[in-house]
This record gives sequence, structure tokens and C-alpha cells, in this order.
Amino acid sequence: MNILLILVPLSLALVAFGVWAFFWAVGNGQFDDLESAGWDALLDRNE
Amino acid sequence: MSALAAVRCFHCGDALGGSTLTARIAGCDESVCCRGCLAIAELIAGAGLIDYYRLRESSGVRPESSAKADDRWEALNRPEVAGQFVRSSGDIAAVTLAVDGLRCAACSWLVDRMLQALPGVVEASTNAATGRTYVRWRSAQLGLGDVARCIADLGYRPHPLGDGSAEAVQQHERRDALKRLAVAGFGMMQVMMFAVAVYSADLAHEVLDPTLLKFFRIVSLLVATPVVFYAGAPIFAAAWRNLQTRTLGMDVPVALALALAFCASIYNALWASAGEVYFDSVTMFIFFLTLSRYVQMLVRHRTVGLSDALARQLPDHAHRVELDSTSDVSVFALRPGDIVLVRRGEILPADGELLTGQAHIDEAMLTGEALPVSRHQGERVAAGTLNVGHPVQLRVLAATTGTTLSHMVSLLQRAQTQKPTMARSADVAATRFLRYILIAAGLTCAMWLILDPARAFAATLAVLVVACPCAFAIATPAAISAATANLAQQGVLVTRIDALETLARIDRIVFDKTGTLTHGDIAIRRCVPVGRLDEPECRNVAAALEAASEHPLARAFVRPGDPYVAEQARSLPGAGVEALIDGRRYRIGTAHFAAELRGSVDLAADARSTDTVVVLGDEQDELARFELHDKPRGTAGSAVASLAQMQVTPQIMSGDSEAAVGHLAFQCGIHEYRARCTPEQKLTHVQTMQSIGHRVAMVGDGVNDAPVLGAADLAIAMGRGTPLAQTSADLILVGENLDAIPQAVQLARRMLRIARQNLTWAALYNFGSLPLAAMGFIPPWLAALGMSLSSMAVVVNAARLLPRHRLPGWRLP
Repeated sequence: MNILLILVPLSLALVAFGVWAFFWAVGNGQFDDLESAGWDALLDRNE
Repeated sequence: MSALAAVRCFHCGDALGGSTLTARIAGCDESVCCRGCLAIAELIAGAGLIDYYRLRESSGVRPESSAKADDRWEALNRPEVAGQFVRSSGDIAAVTLAVDGLRCAACSWLVDRMLQALPGVVEASTNAATGRTYVRWRSAQLGLGDVARCIADLGYRPHPLGDGSAEAVQQHERRDALKRLAVAGFGMMQVMMFAVAVYSADLAHEVLDPTLLKFFRIVSLLVATPVVFYAGAPIFAAAWRNLQTRTLGMDVPVALALALAFCASIYNALWASAGEVYFDSVTMFIFFLTLSRYVQMLVRHRTVGLSDALARQLPDHAHRVELDSTSDVSVFALRPGDIVLVRRGEILPADGELLTGQAHIDEAMLTGEALPVSRHQGERVAAGTLNVGHPVQLRVLAATTGTTLSHMVSLLQRAQTQKPTMARSADVAATRFLRYILIAAGLTCAMWLILDPARAFAATLAVLVVACPCAFAIATPAAISAATANLAQQGVLVTRIDALETLARIDRIVFDKTGTLTHGDIAIRRCVPVGRLDEPECRNVAAALEAASEHPLARAFVRPGDPYVAEQARSLPGAGVEALIDGRRYRIGTAHFAAELRGSVDLAADARSTDTVVVLGDEQDELARFELHDKPRGTAGSAVASLAQMQVTPQIMSGDSEAAVGHLAFQCGIHEYRARCTPEQKLTHVQTMQSIGHRVAMVGDGVNDAPVLGAADLAIAMGRGTPLAQTSADLILVGENLDAIPQAVQLARRMLRIARQNLTWAALYNFGSLPLAAMGFIPPWLAALGMSLSSMAVVVNAARLLPRHRLPGWRLP
């Protein structure tokens, strides 16, 4: 079970990274409008 | 093209109502209901944006009558007006516009593409969730007015936002809540992972290596700490505020339980080896609370602020007459005694005395009267009403805070404070329950201190954890959130979180007439030919004549493809139009005016309502009488019938004439109606009904409805209604589909049933487990598991209210 002593902190580090990435995305306005971006890809054939 | 599309307008989805207009879209002729829709459809097709029709989730917006928009956009081009809204850096100007009428992502895509096609636009991005458009453009090539007009041409209503601070605050609040939610969610999952390992070892009667257990606990503590101090901060802050104001809110015991459980867990994790830790319960609790508050916040952000609404009702500026010129000044700069010029299609900036001989004023916003009224020199006219006739001058009597409009606002504010307190009874019940829990915890503590002080803390905590009203707290919010999401898909926006509970209990529903049961557009109800011409001929002649008129009623007559052309047209204000068609002289207008042409005087006609009957005549005969009316919505009848079936009695209250209201009531199958009501009378009537025990819902759209909307138990505003009406509304019918009202009532009643089931289950669980926990029979892991499962049961039950399958429609912001 000693492997847990390495794996658990590793998972914590990953979670911390995940939270940091999420914070960055929120701060960057990525979650302000969840609809339009998806539609843009569908509709933007002319450009 | 489906069968449905054939009877509905291609653009806005309304009933065609006999319109024969067609728009050429992608090689097919598509039927549209009015010239406005035709223009928009062709505009969209012409710009190569037909994809909008393929991908949109709901029908487009029916455009407003053109008279309302006219000069407004031009004024925004003037630097002194634009300066209030536009932020400039170099030659680039930027503005944020609130756009009313955005219904789905395809709408915002359409707005973006049209704006980007304007020469000079650098950037345009529309947020479908908040209904805001951000535009940047080269100020040398374009003005703010051009940008606004481009959006207005598509049928949406743009409002430049001067002060972005409220918007920024909301955005900050949203982002902040999302971050807290993420921390709580991530944290909960991590802690749960360790908790499950420990619980399953317990269940299998295996003994975990003490070192490993301690390691798990310390890691859980590490993860739970940011959850408590970051994600849970608003809960503790609210509890602290509650304590300071000496009120007992849900947050007080919640915060107490969280603090106790967390502190005990820290102690047990670090120093004691025997005691239990509750990191799993703590993080899960915080996550569920944060989630329900996040959903509530999203809904709240969709509502319009009161001051914002007033600003939208009044124009931003006025043309003040100074000696021999006019200058544009802010409405706030107007003083009594000033003389202002109001052009055709502009909103009156202040209450004033009319200096010009005659004026046609659309007072629908204040009185609900569908037809424009004539006002004469010396009469008082009100701010917020619309000049639909010739340019007029008026002497300001009262500006901004002294106007009839602001009187309406204060009436609204008073009504809101008098709102029945039924909605608060749920809070009262919850508070009582919370008090019991605190008392129970105190008693448990006292009891164990006498019997066995060593177990006092564990038992007290067990009581708080097991009885922690987690399931109880989310029982109603979960049901409400699910029902809210469902309603949003049907085009009903819930702006006050406890509105659904009220909606389920209403037994009277009062409709306003103009703009609510009807479209608010004037149409010909009946054409009675009385002379030598048959009905289609009369309509054609009338259309040709009225095409030359600027009168607001004229647009009811005008239609494309008219075979006749009027020559030497001459329009007389307040009377009608005279013109030559194929060498014959015709007149259309008041009965008196038409009779004059043939040299007789129609005295009897003057006694009749000259506003709603228009007479066509030539030099010999009277040819036809046109009765004008406001077209009822196609869904009015069916909505009223369904409501009556649900034991909700429908009524009409309107400022309009007895005849018009009576006729509409008959058409819709409504037996009770009141005509010629002032806002005060409406208010009194609603309050009378409430005083004899009825629960009243009010559906309206105008400024005149706002106070009544505020006083009614439940207020429903139309999506295209005035912002002021929307501020006092609990529900907004975004789709303007009246059938959504009975559907919403049904859903609300189902929601109430499910919320009751949830509350019963949560109460059973809480009260059932409380004595056991107090006696020390429930091991804390079982308490935490029970709490999780009871919450899950509540959430799963509430999920039944979610829409079964995705229908085209609206989504939560």
C-alpha cells in the first residue's frame, strides 16, 4: 500500500492543476457564453 | 415546408391572419405575416445568412411598427448623444448594447454576422446568455446610430448601455460563483474517494492500517480546507450577517454544523486517533448548497433592474428649442418652462403642455388604449408616450422625477412592498425547523454532559450532521430548479425563485388587453361595403389612399401588390386622405370628412366612435365602412379554455373602451371583464380580490400594468413588454405564447407535489434519525451516508420535472 503515498499526492497535484486550469478558463471568459461558440463552428462555412 | 409552416409566418411563427405576402428565400416562396417580417426575411436572405432559419431553435421576433424606431437611431449618431455611451480610444469606438429579443444562439449569431458585414466594424460579439452585444468600430466610418439601426432592422431592440458597472458586477459574481462551485465539486470528489475506501473497510469489518487511515484523514483535511474557506465563505458570511441582524436564517445552523464538524474533524484527524472525521459530509454539503445558489443566481441575473427599466422608457435626450434653433440636451437637463420639439416617432421626454395645434399621441404605454389619441393645444401630454403624428412642440411642466411615468414607478414600488407574504411562509417554516434542530442539539449536549461527558461532543455533532437539513434545504430548490429549466425550454422565464410555488396556487388570472391578449397591432376587423363597389375593390381603393397617409392607422390598410395608384393625394390631419384614382376622387377618413366630399353632412356619424370606424367615399356615395381592431393572439382562446379547466378563472382588465374589451372577451371565451380601468382602479380591483381570499395572477405588458403586476400574487409579463412591466414580473413569457401559461400552471402544480414529497421524505429522515442520533445509536459514517442518500433521493425525485426530451426552445442562461 506504500504506493498510495506517492499516488495520492500525485492525484492532489493533478486536482490542483485542474482547478488552476479551470480558474484560468473562467477568468478568460471561456464560461461566459457556452452557446454561441458551438454554433459558430456549425455556421461559419462562408469564411 | 411542413404543414405548420404553411399557416404560420416563416419568420416570426405567428398565424398568417390572411396575409398573402411571400418572401423569396433560397428559391422558395415562404409566407410571412406582415411587411416587417418580409423585410427582415429578405434582409437575412440577401445577406446570405439563411443558415439562421435552418439552425434557429425558435421563431424570430416580429418587428415593431416602423413609426417607433424612426429618428431614434439617427439621434444616436450625434456626438453629444453618442458620447454618453461610447468609449473611444483613438479612432476606434466601443459600446455595449443590451439587446432585447435574443432567443437562442442562432439569434446572436445573426446579430454578429450582420454587424460584422457593416463597413467599419472591427469586432462584434453577442453573448446569448446575457443578451449583451459588444461592438467596436472605426468611428470615422460609422456611428452608434448605424450600429443600433442594424440590430433594430433585424427585429431586435438594442439599448446602448452607458454605465457598464452593473454588468461588470454581475459578470464578476457569475465567475466567482463558478469558481467556488468548481472548488467544491473537485474537493467533494476527492474527499469522497477516501471516505468510500474507509467506509467499505468498515462495512467489510476489516481494520485499516492506522497509518494509512491517518494519511487519508490528513489528505482529506488538505482538500476540505479550501472547500470550507473558499467555496463555503459565502455561507459563513451570510450566517454572520444573520447573527448581526439577529435573524435566524438557513445559513445559521448550516454554518454552525459546518464549523463544528470541520473543527472536530481537524482535531480528530490531527490529534485524536479514535474520533470520526466528517470531511466528506462537509464538502458534499457545501457543494450542494453552492450548486443550488449558483442556479438561483443565473436566473436572478436575467431580470431587469428598475432604474435600468426607467432609463429605457424615456428617451436619452430631447430637442430643446432656443430662440431660433434647437439643441440636443439630456432629458435630465430639462427644466419646467423649457420648450422642446418632439419629432414624429419620438418618445415625449417630459410631461408638458402642447403648444402645437394638434398632435397624435400613442398613449398605450400609460393607459393601455390601443389607438393613438388626438391632443389639442393646451392639453397636457405625458412623458413616455409616443408622438405618432406630426412634429410637435411642448412646454415642459414636469421633467424626470415629476412625471406621470415616475408616479407610475412609485405606485409600483408601493405595490411591491404590499405584496402578500404567502411566499415567505416557506421561510418561516424552515426557520422554525432550524430552531428545533438547534434546540435538539443543545438538549443532546446537555443530556450527554450529565450521563457521559466523553460522548457529549460526538453525539451533539451526530445530531447536527444527521439532522442537518441538507435534504430539507435542497428539497424545494431542486424541484424549483428542474421546473425552471423545463419552463425555460417552453419560453417561460422565471425571474423570482419562489414564483412557481405561487403559480401552483393561483385561482384567478387577470389579462390586460392590448399587447397581451392581442398583438397590439391594428388590423381591419370588418369591411362593410355599402355602395357600388364590392369588398375587395373597397379594400384596394382604401389601400391606395392610405398609402399616401402618414396616419398610424394607415398601416392597417396598406398592402403590397395593390392595383391602384393614388394621385394628387392630400392628407388632412385629424380627418383623412383625399386622392384621385383612375380619375375619380375618393376620400377615406372620418365619416364627416367622407360625407363632405359629396356635399352632405353626416351628423349621426360624429356620435359614433370615430377612432375605430373609417369611412371610404367618393363624390356620389359612401362606399364602405372599415371597422378596425387589434388582432387577438391565436393562442388566446385555447389558453383561456385550458386555464378555466384548471379552475383558474380568467378575467380581462383594460383601459380600452367597453365595446372593444367586450368583443375580445367574447372571442376568447372570458366572462368577466372590466373596461376603462385606470391603473389605480386595476390595483384596487386586484387587491379586493385578494382580500376575499383569491390568489391572483396578472398578465400584462405595459407601463400602466406595472403597478398591478407588482401587487398581484403572481405577475406575468410579455417578452416584448416594456422593461418596467418586466421588472415587476415573476414570470416573463419570452415566446409570447399564451398557451405556455396553462402549461406553466400545470408544471408548477406538479412541482409543488414533488417538492412536498421531497419535504416529507426529508422531514421523515431528519426527525426519524434525530432521536437515534441523540441517543448515540447512529455511527457518524452511517449519519453521513444517510444524509448523502437522502439528498440524492431528493435530487432524483426532482429530476422528474426536467423536460423529457429536448424540444426546440429556450434554455437556462
